[in-house]
Amino acid sequence: MSEHAHPSRLLYVVIFLALVIGTVLTWWIAFKNLGIWNPVVALTIACIKATLVILYFMHVRYSNKLTIVTVCAGFFWLLILITLSLSDYLTRVLNVG
Amino acid sequence: MSTSQTTTTDHHPALVHQFDSMEQQKEASTLGMWVFLLTEIMMFGGLFASYLIYRIKYYDAFVAGSTSIDIKWGFANTLVLIGSSWTMAMAVWSAQNGRRKGQVYFIIATMILGAAFLGVKAKEYYEKYDECHIPGHVIGKGFNAWGGCSATDKSLGNIAEDIRIPPHGDPNIPEASAELTAKQTEIFFSFYFAMTGLHATHMLIGLGVLTWLLMRAKRGDFGPEYYSPVENVGLYWHFVDIVWIFLFPLLYLISRHAHAH
Amino acid sequence: MSSANENVMPEKHYLNDNYGIRSWLLTKDHKRIAVLYLLTITFFFFLGGLFASLIRLELLTPQGDLFQSDTYNKLFTEHGVNMIFFFLIPSVPAVLGNFLVPLMVGAKDLAFPKINLASWYIFIVGAGFALAALVSGGVDTGWTFYTPLSSGFVRTPVIAMGVGILIAGFASIFTGLNFIVTVHRMRAPGLTWGRLPLFVWANYAASLIMVLGTPVIAITLILLVLERGFHIGIFDPKLGGDPVLFQHMFWFYSHPAVYIMILPGMGVISEIITCFSRKRVFGYGFIAFSSIAIAVFGFVVWAHHMFVAGISVYSALVFSLLSYAVAIPSAVKVFNWTATMYKGSVELATPMLYALGFIGLFTIGGLTGLFLAALGLDVHIHDTYFVIAHFHYVMVGGMVMAYLGGLHFWWPKMTGRIYPEGPAKLAALITFIGFNLTFFPQFILGYLGMPRRYHAYPPEFQVLNVLSSAGASVLAVGFILPLIYFLWSLRYGEVAGANPWDAKGLEWQTTSPPPTHNFEKTPVVTEEPYHYGTEQEVPVVH
Repeated sequence: MSEHAHPSRLLYVVIFLALVIGTVLTWWIAFKNLGIWNPVVALTIACIKATLVILYFMHVRYSNKLTIVTVCAGFFWLLILITLSLSDYLTRVLNVG
Repeated sequence: MSTSQTTTTDHHPALVHQFDSMEQQKEASTLGMWVFLLTEIMMFGGLFASYLIYRIKYYDAFVAGSTSIDIKWGFANTLVLIGSSWTMAMAVWSAQNGRRKGQVYFIIATMILGAAFLGVKAKEYYEKYDECHIPGHVIGKGFNAWGGCSATDKSLGNIAEDIRIPPHGDPNIPEASAELTAKQTEIFFSFYFAMTGLHATHMLIGLGVLTWLLMRAKRGDFGPEYYSPVENVGLYWHFVDIVWIFLFPLLYLISRHAHAH
Repeated sequence: MSSANENVMPEKHYLNDNYGIRSWLLTKDHKRIAVLYLLTITFFFFLGGLFASLIRLELLTPQGDLFQSDTYNKLFTEHGVNMIFFFLIPSVPAVLGNFLVPLMVGAKDLAFPKINLASWYIFIVGAGFALAALVSGGVDTGWTFYTPLSSGFVRTPVIAMGVGILIAGFASIFTGLNFIVTVHRMRAPGLTWGRLPLFVWANYAASLIMVLGTPVIAITLILLVLERGFHIGIFDPKLGGDPVLFQHMFWFYSHPAVYIMILPGMGVISEIITCFSRKRVFGYGFIAFSSIAIAVFGFVVWAHHMFVAGISVYSALVFSLLSYAVAIPSAVKVFNWTATMYKGSVELATPMLYALGFIGLFTIGGLTGLFLAALGLDVHIHDTYFVIAHFHYVMVGGMVMAYLGGLHFWWPKMTGRIYPEGPAKLAALITFIGFNLTFFPQFILGYLGMPRRYHAYPPEFQVLNVLSSAGASVLAVGFILPLIYFLWSLRYGEVAGANPWDAKGLEWQTTSPPPTHNFEKTPVVTEEPYHYGTEQEVPVVH
């Protein structure tokens, strides 16, 4: 079934403004010293922006389950690649000898 | 249930032979584009995974490299690309709602913003070329982040020195150590160019596809009963935007707070 | 099985619907594209086989006296690259899958016929680059392209070969994408997921792997090419890079790739076993879900190729455990096939001979994989002939047998002709004998310590090597025979009729060869799959 609901023009503008605010926020926070939290905050904001684009600009909010599964599968597989590779590098220090 | 659909008088001119209805065609083409984007996630993902591993291994060099690229261009480009995502979404909305002029204008706007992005990228690349920060020794004068190599201003691009200059650099860092870190920034720049280069290639292809879409939109191909090409090109474009949303903090914002300038 | 008198070739079918080279090179018909792929990969099979022959010739004697070591390196590299990327990976999906998936789901074509044709052209371009690399001297890094050997040391055309492989990878991505969308969106009315043929499930699972894994090797090869071309140091330790990172990224795809190769073959076996046991498949659901399980699990075991490469011991432990887990769904399939045959009415037609060969040889190959997945044992047998024997058992004893079985099973459907059964059975037997003679000694050689990729070896290994080379010549006969009699059958073979095997499945409900648009009327499915031996043997087309 094709999506019946679509974002209105107003909603598109709201999302656009949210993305702009997110970008400005990312810039501003980058210059504050939060130590180890800087990259965490930056990536969290990036994830939120990406989610907004996916849900509203890419209409996933109004899409069928298969689309949602496809999107999640992509990120899940990326996670497999990243975590399993990192699991090698991050545990090497513990190697004996 | 139904038997085979014979062509009837309401057979839309854009319906291709292997599908039984426009709805099936739309669902199939949209799923096809999503599966394609899945492959793109994995392709960029390989670069992101490798980037992460080296960022952990060579953190100081990544900080130094990130500091040496001009943040204002990255920031501007992020806004430009987000804007182009909005215009693209509006182009899809226009097609969905039968606004012929709107479709055309918004597609053109998307293309202009996309071209602007690429223009800025070209400028950034040129700056890196001038400062001899292009990795390897095939392009330009060869990688050099520790001695005045720039043709425009000898003081540009000397990362080894920037690491030690107060108030943001630390003069207590020994020269040899700063030079080693500067050498290691070659890996940072390898990823910078590989990731932004792959991204820019996707944008170029996107511009090409948008040109094709524009021609069809001008011809009046799209309307409420048939707009999936616009929507699917939109999906591609938004994906390219999302990649940049992650590239910006990962490449431009590593530990900026210590090196505010 | 066929009633000879009433079998007549249909007047118009996909092969004679349109004549001329343009009608073939610009076709959108999935069946014609399957034939194009068949011709292409057959060429690469024999090319890869040529290199195998040269390898086995060299290994007849302990000294490296036929070829210099540099040349020998090129032989095994070209053998591996051509066989894996240009024969095995496309074999069942691009030939049998392309031909059968739309028929089996009751559709007129795949979801994106133009993309299907594009995938063949992309494959040809990739193959062109690979052949260019061959002709300009050949690559000698091993098909695994480990860095920094491939990125900085050798003077061979690694870039051309890398580009060729990555382009061919895009062809497989497009095939996989097409299959996924077709299976989701183009099934005939009444064809629920629970009624799909297992061949479709298998190709669907393989398509998931194609779509998720291939992009990673694409980007890895791009980085390799950049490193070689621009002398940057992503994988080169001299410049601060990490060669193990290359291996991680390479194997992230290349391990799931072996499941791309074997899953469609397993799908073929499911179809053959049920038909020639005249019995419905035992545990349909288990076989279907095991295909998906293999596809998913296959992605988390890749570092078992890297146990001795310097990865962390803890990471190796995890990968070893997961590698044991991935064997389970494969074993489930073997049990289910065997159970299908139990108390069935088994007919030993040629496809069934290949299927039986598959079950035995794949089991041996799969079990020896577990030997390799054991950390302690792997230290001893890694990079020896044990590994070579293991993967040839699964790839040749398994996959190639499945491919040949499938070709025999569906040859009547594709061409309208039956191959001669006598020579075919003989060829199957010769292949089985030749295969085991070639590769079983290699298990022993590996266990005794003979390393792979060496053209010279200690004299005490000669007897086993001679046995292996003798077996290879027998195997070659087994492979050449089908080429001859298949071609013969196109002209002189008995006309097949729509369903010479009396098999269930939508593809048998249309003529042999099928018309271009597959079915006169879209079929409606009301029965469970493989309803052999049930009361209601009604034809499915309404």
